[in-house]
Amino acid sequence: MTRRPGEYAMKTLFLVCGLTAVAFVLLITGYLVFSGLPAIRRVGVAGFLLGDTWDAANPEDPRFGILPLLLTTVYGAAGATAAGVPLGFLTALFLAKAAPPWLARLVRPAVGVLAGIPSVVYGLVGMCVLLPLLRERLDLPAGDSLLAAILMLAVMILPTVISVSEAALEAVPREMEEASLALGATPVETYFRVTAPAASSGVAAAVALGVGRAIGEAMAILMVAGNVANMPSLLGSVRFLTTGIAMELAYAPAGSLQQQALLSIGLVLLLFVLLVNVLLSLALKRGKEGG
Amino acid sequence: MMRAALPPGRLLRNVLARLLLWLSAAATCALLLLVAGYIFFRGAPGVSLELLTGRDSVLEGTVGILPSILNTLYVIAVSLAIVVPVGVGAAIYLTEYAQNRRLAGAMAFAAETLAGIPSILYAMVGVMVFCTALGLQRTLLAGSLTLAVMTLPTVIRTTQESLKSVPRSYREGALGLGAGQWRTIRTVVLPSSLDGMITGCILAVGRVVGESAVLMYTAGLSTAMQDFGTIQGLMRASGATLSVALYVYAKERSDFAAAFSVATVLLVLAALLNLAALLIGRRATRRKGGGHG
Repeated sequence: MTRRPGEYAMKTLFLVCGLTAVAFVLLITGYLVFSGLPAIRRVGVAGFLLGDTWDAANPEDPRFGILPLLLTTVYGAAGATAAGVPLGFLTALFLAKAAPPWLARLVRPAVGVLAGIPSVVYGLVGMCVLLPLLRERLDLPAGDSLLAAILMLAVMILPTVISVSEAALEAVPREMEEASLALGATPVETYFRVTAPAASSGVAAAVALGVGRAIGEAMAILMVAGNVANMPSLLGSVRFLTTGIAMELAYAPAGSLQQQALLSIGLVLLLFVLLVNVLLSLALKRGKEGG
Repeated sequence: MMRAALPPGRLLRNVLARLLLWLSAAATCALLLLVAGYIFFRGAPGVSLELLTGRDSVLEGTVGILPSILNTLYVIAVSLAIVVPVGVGAAIYLTEYAQNRRLAGAMAFAAETLAGIPSILYAMVGVMVFCTALGLQRTLLAGSLTLAVMTLPTVIRTTQESLKSVPRSYREGALGLGAGQWRTIRTVVLPSSLDGMITGCILAVGRVVGESAVLMYTAGLSTAMQDFGTIQGLMRASGATLSVALYVYAKERSDFAAAFSVATVLLVLAALLNLAALLIGRRATRRKGGGHG
């Protein structure tokens, strides 16, 4: 093979493009680590993670405890998963197996649209429908609450859970299902006892992606959660890690301890998401080995 | 059928399980119809030519989203102009060239990680790197750059998928005829995977249109008309895209009529982008004779 200079140049160019992606990840994580650590060091790891008061804008006695934000994010993601995953999984099972083809062809794009709706639009609907509803039904002074945020997040993770689990369910070999049917199981029993367990690693991936989305969402819950940094309670106004950043990012003075503390929150959030990612790739790896 | 022979307990469980599946799907659809229906119900009456082509004016009491539409187009154009070459290039390297598996693995992992980073972190890094450190201030340009980074994994992934679906024999044919690798890619591989790349662009546009957290902090909140006439104007323009404008109308001005009209426009855009991606995907699978789901 002859070596051509043009070929070599193009290969290098593409290599640079690929390295750009790596560079961005290093830049973002490096930036968050280097800029996020000083504030944690100044406040103290225990004081930062376990402090129960966040009052960063207070000029006399600023407090930088993120426990309320941390717990809110954990509860919010857990609640959204508990509410959204079963519904999403069953819908996926319906679309992959039980639905008549014409109906599946109709519902699938609908799920796509649900995924394409911007988070501010969800937030707007939440503000105008969900909050008044909660206010009336639960007799609250304001509907802004952890409950409202959980319900919003549950709806927002649905499309992710549905499309990823559906792909996993579709990928189950037809022979497995046929064997089950031949042994006398009904179609529905086959879906639940053969198809679903066989697709479990893909479904786990769907759950992890959903959790990741719930942890990372900011705008929609900024509009319905009330944003007071209380310790989380289901009907109280709460602030998440994401909304904690969103609330103060615009006016934290550059270089101040407050801004550094926001970067520290960002670092904690990033670690959270990376943890979920690691669990996700473990789930996928296990699936590959099993299948 | 066999069903009549089932014992009553098992029959009941079967019927209930099937019912559960149908009910879940119905609930999902009901949620979509509820959200979309409510937005149209409250927003569609307000969508008019004046809204789409006018500007906000307190004096005249008018609301117009033309500036926000132009800002959105600006952000789409600039971020795509950056992300498409870089993303397609990275995908080409990963699928066509990469022989060092560790390096390719690192790149794939990087793309995955970028995809999982929450948008508020992009917002924060964008504010501190593009707006402050690079001195771009709070401008549409800084917002577009941040979004280019954010949409990179989407473009890489979809391009990679479509490159992988080009049969090996195409490449071998071209290489066998004496074409170099780049020539093979340019004349054979890229044309046959164009559909996938366009889908990637559409998905990226969808994310850009829907994004608000990043742009609120990096690109500004103004709904006034920006000066796109000069290079300087383009560099300095700072304002709200449609999604950000929705937030501004709803949260800061409590003008819910305007907010719902913007939401209607966004919903229609989302549906159109979705439809386009679906049609292109269908065309691609049909041309390749099915096979891919």
